[in-house]
Amino acid sequence: MNSIVSALPGKITSLFGKLDSPYLNGGQQLAVKYFSVATVLFFAQLLFGLLAAIQFVAPGFLFGWLDFSVNRMIHINAMVVWLLYGFIGSVYWFLEEESGTEIAGLKLGNIAFYVLTGAVTIVVLVFLLIQTGPGKDTTIWFINEGREYIEAPRWADFGIVAVMLVFFYNVAGTFAKGRWSGISGVLTLDLIALAGLYCAGMFYLTNITADQYWWWWVIHLWVEATWEVLVGCIMAWSLMHLIGARRKIVQTWLYIEVALMFGSGILGLGHHYFWIGTPDYWFSIGGFFSALEPIPLVAMVVHSVYDAGVHQFKSRNHPALAWIIAHTFGNFLGAGVWGFMHTLPQINLYTHGTQWSASHGHLAFFGAYATINIAFFYMAVQKWRGNVWMGGELPGNGWKWKWAMALLNVGVLGMTVALLIAGYEQSFIERAMEGSTWSAYFSAQNHPWFQQAMHWRLLFGLITIAGLVLLIWDLVTIGKGETRPALQLLEAE
Amino acid sequence: MSQTTPAWASEARWKKIAIWVTAGSFVLLIFLTFDTLSKVSVGGERVRAYSVINQEIDYRYDEQKKRYQPVIGKGAPLFGRVFSEEEAEKLVTLGKKTVQAKNCMNCHTLLGNGAYYAPDLTKAWLDPGWIDAANRENLMLAFLKDPVSNARSFGSGRRMPNLGITDEEAHGIVAFLKWMSAIDTNGFPNNFKTLNAKE
Repeated sequence: MNSIVSALPGKITSLFGKLDSPYLNGGQQLAVKYFSVATVLFFAQLLFGLLAAIQFVAPGFLFGWLDFSVNRMIHINAMVVWLLYGFIGSVYWFLEEESGTEIAGLKLGNIAFYVLTGAVTIVVLVFLLIQTGPGKDTTIWFINEGREYIEAPRWADFGIVAVMLVFFYNVAGTFAKGRWSGISGVLTLDLIALAGLYCAGMFYLTNITADQYWWWWVIHLWVEATWEVLVGCIMAWSLMHLIGARRKIVQTWLYIEVALMFGSGILGLGHHYFWIGTPDYWFSIGGFFSALEPIPLVAMVVHSVYDAGVHQFKSRNHPALAWIIAHTFGNFLGAGVWGFMHTLPQINLYTHGTQWSASHGHLAFFGAYATINIAFFYMAVQKWRGNVWMGGELPGNGWKWKWAMALLNVGVLGMTVALLIAGYEQSFIERAMEGSTWSAYFSAQNHPWFQQAMHWRLLFGLITIAGLVLLIWDLVTIGKGETRPALQLLEAE
Repeated sequence: MSQTTPAWASEARWKKIAIWVTAGSFVLLIFLTFDTLSKVSVGGERVRAYSVINQEIDYRYDEQKKRYQPVIGKGAPLFGRVFSEEEAEKLVTLGKKTVQAKNCMNCHTLLGNGAYYAPDLTKAWLDPGWIDAANRENLMLAFLKDPVSNARSFGSGRRMPNLGITDEEAHGIVAFLKWMSAIDTNGFPNNFKTLNAKE
């Protein structure tokens, strides 16, 4: 037994070592490790989402074994973690090219990857096998913190912060010894905010109003501010790389996006402070600023489509560019429009805590974040294969990536609309008509309109999973045996 | 691409704007945070002292404010006894920690935040489903300790699983729910008719 345990680290590193490719630099080898774990977690997200969706239509399914609370928690946590893995990988990917020098502290970065992945594995196993504990601090420290989205127990929080510090050191250290740019400047400052904000979720409070106040600092200021700026940086770099957009243009856009994103998003935090016990001046502040939140997302659509048009949609990687365009529209529709629809307090009084939020959540996280990670996976696999051709005229006319993209987008959009219908129905029947009691809640849940919506959601969920299976198949096969080199672009600084 | 960049599209200008807007928003948020946290401290008008569990709590429409808000009434001991401030805090804390430890938020919502598989708990203490104030505490305790046998599914087929909640923890949860129902949530949920209104 002991020999198996002591041989395990070597076995794991040699397993990940198989992903190395002679065409990649050090940061990119590390990025591929992050991307591969991200893909596994992406699949886990959909699998546990499927179990939770089945429980909505068949409540007895896995009852007492894997209850809804467990499936839903893993569904969302797997998503948060795979998106972060994707972002971290993307940054490691372009670090050396953007800084013009070798990555600083690569060895430490590699250790951090194994530590983080080990911690994630332990946390998930504890969620699955132990699930809950007694109402004591030990449960919060070692089993489950019980606060939505950041359920990871406290010990893991410290691990995450430590890994983030290593990541930050890799990024800031590399740029410091190489060259700085607009993208790297914004990225570095954004990472400080990202790591700092996580600390706002690392303490216990009995006062649930103050508890949720700080909890939203992490959730909102990550998802609706620092993550958006992070993907802004990733997109800026991707557009230069993919279509040869000029640095001056993408960086100017990046600054505009940062101004609009932080200008609306930081105080837009107020839209979470309508009903948790906080003063009612948040109605005006939260309502006003969060209503402005879609504006930077419109800017992103204009920016990416315009730039792609200027370059006649000539790109070195068609699937990646298609996913970038899907990202801008998905971000605008899912985060922007779907968020705006219920952000004003006058509407939110009836929609808060209903399937409206689930509808918004599905389209926003997919549109804003999953898409750009997928785009990056395609860019990575292209270089991993030796910078091969990935434009038009792929074998089979590239049917796999096209179908994967169609299935994933149709699946998520279908779930979004189904959940929106459920949300409308819940707002009307439970909230407006019957006054939000438990019996009002269940009369909305039992209504045929709600039930039908949940069946449609399950169906579109299955379509989404089919799309992901096809996507993974495509990612491991695309460019295999390709002999044509990638399209060369004239990159003007 | 040789034409000069107009002033509104200048990279340097937007960089300055980005820095100032971000810094300005963040400073405002810090200021608002201090103000909000002082207004939501336990024992204030918005978030009541933990000893509010010794009193009757209701939730009624306020004609002047045009919204529902908590109403604190006469003494109404919980579990047949009056708790000191310290004892009340200890009990509510046990309840809050149990609510986290049992992962309640991944089925229920609290203050409207959480998952949507089970009802909102914000005003659970006041829910007319407990039928009358006299039996409420016992019904709640029995349900929490054995939710499968005492299932309250309202015809949905959804049941709460047995989470191994002890007698002590169940008392804590009930105290926490009673205390939470006294938080002024700016009229959320709207149009909620409490158990007292039904009586």
